Amino acid sequence: MVGDIEARIGEWRGYLSHRAVLRPDDVQELEGHLRDQIEGLSSKGLSDDESFLIAVGRLGKIDELSREYAREHSDRLWKQLIGPDEKSATARQGERRGFVLALVMAVGAGLAVKLPWLLGLWGYDSGDFILRNAPAVVLVFLAGYLLLRRRASVRTWIAVAVPFAVAFTVMNAFPFVLNGMTLLLAAVHMIVGLWLATGIAYMNGAWRSHTARMDFLRFTGEWFVYLALIALGGGLLAGLTLGVFSAVGANLDVFVSEWMIPCGAAGAVVIAAWLVEIKQSVIENIAPVLTRLFTPLFTALLLALIVAASIHGSFIEEGRELLILFDIVLLVVAALLLYSISARDPQQRVTWFDRLQLVMIVAALVVDVFVLVALAGRIGEYGASANKLVTLGVNLVLLANLVGAGWWHLRFITGRAPFAVVERWQTAYLPVYAAWAAVVVLVFPPVFGFV
Amino acid sequence: MRIGKDLVAASATPLVLGILADGESYGYAILQRIGELSGGQLDFSDGMLYPLLHRLERLGQIESSWNQSAAGRPRKVYRLTADGEAAMAEQRRQWSVVSDALRNVWHSGPSLSVGMA
Repeated sequence: MVGDIEARIGEWRGYLSHRAVLRPDDVQELEGHLRDQIEGLSSKGLSDDESFLIAVGRLGKIDELSREYAREHSDRLWKQLIGPDEKSATARQGERRGFVLALVMAVGAGLAVKLPWLLGLWGYDSGDFILRNAPAVVLVFLAGYLLLRRRASVRTWIAVAVPFAVAFTVMNAFPFVLNGMTLLLAAVHMIVGLWLATGIAYMNGAWRSHTARMDFLRFTGEWFVYLALIALGGGLLAGLTLGVFSAVGANLDVFVSEWMIPCGAAGAVVIAAWLVEIKQSVIENIAPVLTRLFTPLFTALLLALIVAASIHGSFIEEGRELLILFDIVLLVVAALLLYSISARDPQQRVTWFDRLQLVMIVAALVVDVFVLVALAGRIGEYGASANKLVTLGVNLVLLANLVGAGWWHLRFITGRAPFAVVERWQTAYLPVYAAWAAVVVLVFPPVFGFV
Repeated sequence: MRIGKDLVAASATPLVLGILADGESYGYAILQRIGELSGGQLDFSDGMLYPLLHRLERLGQIESSWNQSAAGRPRKVYRLTADGEAAMAEQRRQWSVVSDALRNVWHSGPSLSVGMA
């Protein structure tokens, strides 16, 4: 009799374990509850069978139970939105429509980057056109895809359209000097700004919600990984195309470099987004796995750098590109931090990995403060150019993020704050990036005479 | 009498915080306690409680640890944090306003409830 109950509890536990929204410790907690309930009922004189049935009934249908969990644990739900067991015929049909839409948008993006050529505007400077318009032209298709997929409201469409309209207008109205530095800086920052605007489309207008922002950050990481994978495959394809056709005596250089690569890259931006949305349920997120791999290595690098510099006596020898290099260091640290935060179970206790992250943040801050102090004199000496100021600005924006992140991380590790505040700091910081990008696109070019 | 779903959901947080204010407890015992306190009238679905506990934990109002039940089974035990005490005091203030207001409106009789006041 007892064995019978055990078998049935085991079976029930098996059903629960298959629900991805229920973590192993949730299942254990629920199982403990079930057993308490059964004991309570048996002590009132019910048979084991009756107790089991009533106890299971009180916990509710597993579907409803996992829905309740999903409402609280939206971070887990994220991966399960298109769970295979919940996939119905209509869901499959929606998926197919999603694919057709993604394909149309990808082809659109691919053609749009060749727009001046298609319109017969010969003689345009392609480099100039690409810097001014390509990011906006490609991202407009991605944003459009997301807005259509989510059947966004008119308000959301407008909220996404305004930044794009401003970017298009400004980038084409400003009299940038050909190959000027302000154009390059504005183009790079426009990508950041418009990516965040695309985020409004991804979040379906719920950009005030911190959970939605976190989902968007997760999406960004996965999208980036998929894009890199597609780039890898695309590069192989381009190389093989060239090689195979030259073997039969045909020269496809022009086709590959002017059509296949630019159009393919533009289309890949949309296709990567579609893949992220469709594949969420099939594999674990990749970005967090990569951060787990690289956080220890990167921390070691930073610590070694501090040791080397203190033996050497200085951080600055040939300091020309140094600040840009350290912008990249801070960017990598911020990204490593962000993507392990995005995948962390908020309920989990403090682990060695959290402490390691704090070490990484502190090491990065130490290195960066040294570099900033050393370079402050140089900027004063040679005067400020747009390039130097933007490099410095990026450094300060990331530095401020890491200082805040370090502070909340410390409070979390010492048990004075819940993990939610660590997450919240990152999602609350997103508008700062948008504001900085807007300044570099809108203010810097006129101030520095568009050179 | 069955208490409406919305009312059950709204009272869940103050009830759980209040029960944990008396000392640490775990899911099943919390439900038993709610049953006792309401004379069995508050029908709290078992499955609803755990997501609520997890939410309160995420907000830092309660914290949890695993220990063992008398029968030697692992059991997740929750207790109130300082933040949780503050949240409970706040909930208590709000609920007493609501219950005072309800008492007043019902004690002032049907004439007022029909009028515009």
